[in-house]
Amino acid sequence: MDDETRVVVNAFQERFGAELVEFRGEVTLVLPPQQIVAAALAARDEYGYNMLMDATAVDYWPAQAPRFHVVYQLYGLGHNRLLRLRVPVDGNAPVVPTIVPVYPNANWKEREIWDMFGIRFEGHPDLRRILMPEDWQGHPLRKDYPLGYEEPQFSFNHEQILSTKLHPKE
Amino acid sequence: MGEFEAVHDVNIEELKHLVSERALRGETMLLNMGPQHPSTHGVLRLLLELDGEIVVTCIPDIGFLHTGVEKNMEAKTYQKAEVMTDRLDYLNPMGNNLTYCLAIEKLAELDVPERAQVLRVILLELQRISSHLLWLGTSALDLAAMSVFLYGMREREIILDIFEMVSGARMMTTYIRPGGLWRDVPVEFEDAVRDFLAIMPKRVDEYEGMLTTNKLFLERTVGIGKVCAEDCIRYGLTGPVMRASGIAHDLRKVRPYSGYEQYDFNIPTRTGCDINSRYLVRVQEIRESLKIIEQAMNHLPYGPVRSNNRKYVPPPRSELGTSMEAVIHHFKLWTEGFTLPRGAVYVATESPRGELGAYLESDGGPKPWRIHMNTPSFANLQAMPLLTKGHFVADVVGIIGSIDIVLGDCDR
Repeated sequence: MDDETRVVVNAFQERFGAELVEFRGEVTLVLPPQQIVAAALAARDEYGYNMLMDATAVDYWPAQAPRFHVVYQLYGLGHNRLLRLRVPVDGNAPVVPTIVPVYPNANWKEREIWDMFGIRFEGHPDLRRILMPEDWQGHPLRKDYPLGYEEPQFSFNHEQILSTKLHPKE
Repeated sequence: MGEFEAVHDVNIEELKHLVSERALRGETMLLNMGPQHPSTHGVLRLLLELDGEIVVTCIPDIGFLHTGVEKNMEAKTYQKAEVMTDRLDYLNPMGNNLTYCLAIEKLAELDVPERAQVLRVILLELQRISSHLLWLGTSALDLAAMSVFLYGMREREIILDIFEMVSGARMMTTYIRPGGLWRDVPVEFEDAVRDFLAIMPKRVDEYEGMLTTNKLFLERTVGIGKVCAEDCIRYGLTGPVMRASGIAHDLRKVRPYSGYEQYDFNIPTRTGCDINSRYLVRVQEIRESLKIIEQAMNHLPYGPVRSNNRKYVPPPRSELGTSMEAVIHHFKLWTEGFTLPRGAVYVATESPRGELGAYLESDGGPKPWRIHMNTPSFANLQAMPLLTKGHFVADVVGIIGSIDIVLGDCDR
C-alpha cells in the first residue's frame, strides 16, 4: 500500500469505523451500511476518487452472517488509484442507502444488484428490475436460488417434455 | 380475447416518473424503438419521448439478451467457466478471456511466460481492430454509407481467419488460458499477421477517404451526441467515448497488463465530444494497434507458452505417455479442477469499448464463489438519455452506433 492510500485508509478507519482488508495489493475497506453515503462522498470530494467503476454484491449464504456484501469499486482518474468499499448487509430484508446522488452511474448498477440479489437501495430514484422481466419471481444470483435448466427436446422424449410444460405452445 | 390475457399487471404509476409531465398530458409522443431493429446493434429497446422529431427523453430497456452468465459460471469449475466469457462481448472474446485469466492469475499468483504475453498482446490488438472494423462498418451503415460496411467486413474476415488458425474457432476462441495460452501458434501465423500488417494501413486510408471528409457523413456526425468530460467522469463512461471527450485515459497506459508498458504507442484523443470525434478516435486506434502488433511481431521471443505450474496448468500432451506425475495432474485438473486461495480481486483491461473489469471472489474451492464482469457496454448505455436529449430521432441511431454497444456484453 502506498502512502497516499494509507492516508485514506487511516481517515476512513477513524471517521467511519472502517476495517481494512488487504489482499494481493488491493485495498478493501469494510464499512457499516449506514456510513456508505458519507464515505462515498468523502472519497469523491476529499480524496479524488471521482469515478465509480463497479458495484456488485456477493452472497455468503449459508456460511456467513450477515449474508450479503455490497462491493463498490472506486477509481481516481487524477491519481490512478483504486479503492474498494464493502458493506455487509443482513439477509433479512436487506437495505442499503443509495449512492446515486454521489455517483450517478450507480443507478443501473444498484438496479442490477436489486434485480439479482434482492437488496433494496433506500432513496434510489428508479428501483426496478433491469435484466430480468418485471414479473420475475426471486433473485437469481442468490445462492439459494437454483440454477435451472431445460431438458433438450429430441424425437424420443418430446411428448414427455411437452406434457410437463405449463404452456405447451411456447 | 382469452388467448391474449395479460400474464401480469404492471403498476403503471411507478413508471410515470420516467417521462415528462407533458407526456402524461398527451402533448408529446411515446415511441418504441426496438427490441428488434437492426440499428440497435442487438436486442435493445428504447422508449423515446418525442416532441415532434425532437427527443425529449430516451429510456433504455435492456435485459433481452440476459443469459445468466455469472450464475452459470458460479456452477462451473474455473476452466469450464472460461467458455462463458467468450459469449459476453462476442466482438471481443480474446479480451474477455484475458480479463478472466488475469483475475485467476492474480488470485493464484500464477506466472505467464514471455512468449505467451507477447502473443496475447498481438491477439488482443487484432481483436481490437476487428471489433473497430465491425463498429465502423455497422455504424457507417446506420448513417447510410453502405460500402464501408463491405470493406470493413472484408478485412475483419482476415482477422477471423487468423483466429481460426490459432484456436480453431473464429469467434468463441477460449484461446487465452490461465497461465498462458491453450497451445502455441502454428507456423503460418507469423506470415498471416505480417501479410495483414502490410495491407492494413492502406485499407484504413481507404475507409478514411470514404468518410472523414465526406460531407454527408460530417453533417450526420459533427456536433451530435455530445457528452462533456465532466459527464464522462460522473457517468463512468470509458473507452473511446471518454477519449473523444478529451480525457487521455487508457488502461493499457495507466495500469499496464500483459507487458503493454514495453510498447510505444499513443492514446488518440479528440475534444469534439461528438460522434465524429469518436469515429476519429477509433480509426486512429486501429493505426495504433497496428503499430503495437508490428513491435510485438518484431520481438516475439521463443519459449513455452504455458506456465510450468502443474497445479493450475495441464501438462503437455507429450508428457502423458511417459510421466505418471503428468497423468495424475491431468486427471486432477480435468475432474475436480484447481482451487484458488480465498480472497477477492478486481482486474480491468481496456476492451475496444472501454473498461472491462472482472471481480472474482474465491472461497477456496474449485468453482468461483462470485464472478462479476463489469462490462463497458452496460456503463456506456446508461448515458443514452444524456446523449440523445434534444436531437432528432434519426440521430438516435447514429448515437447508439457511436457508443459501440454490444448487447451480449450489456445484459450478460
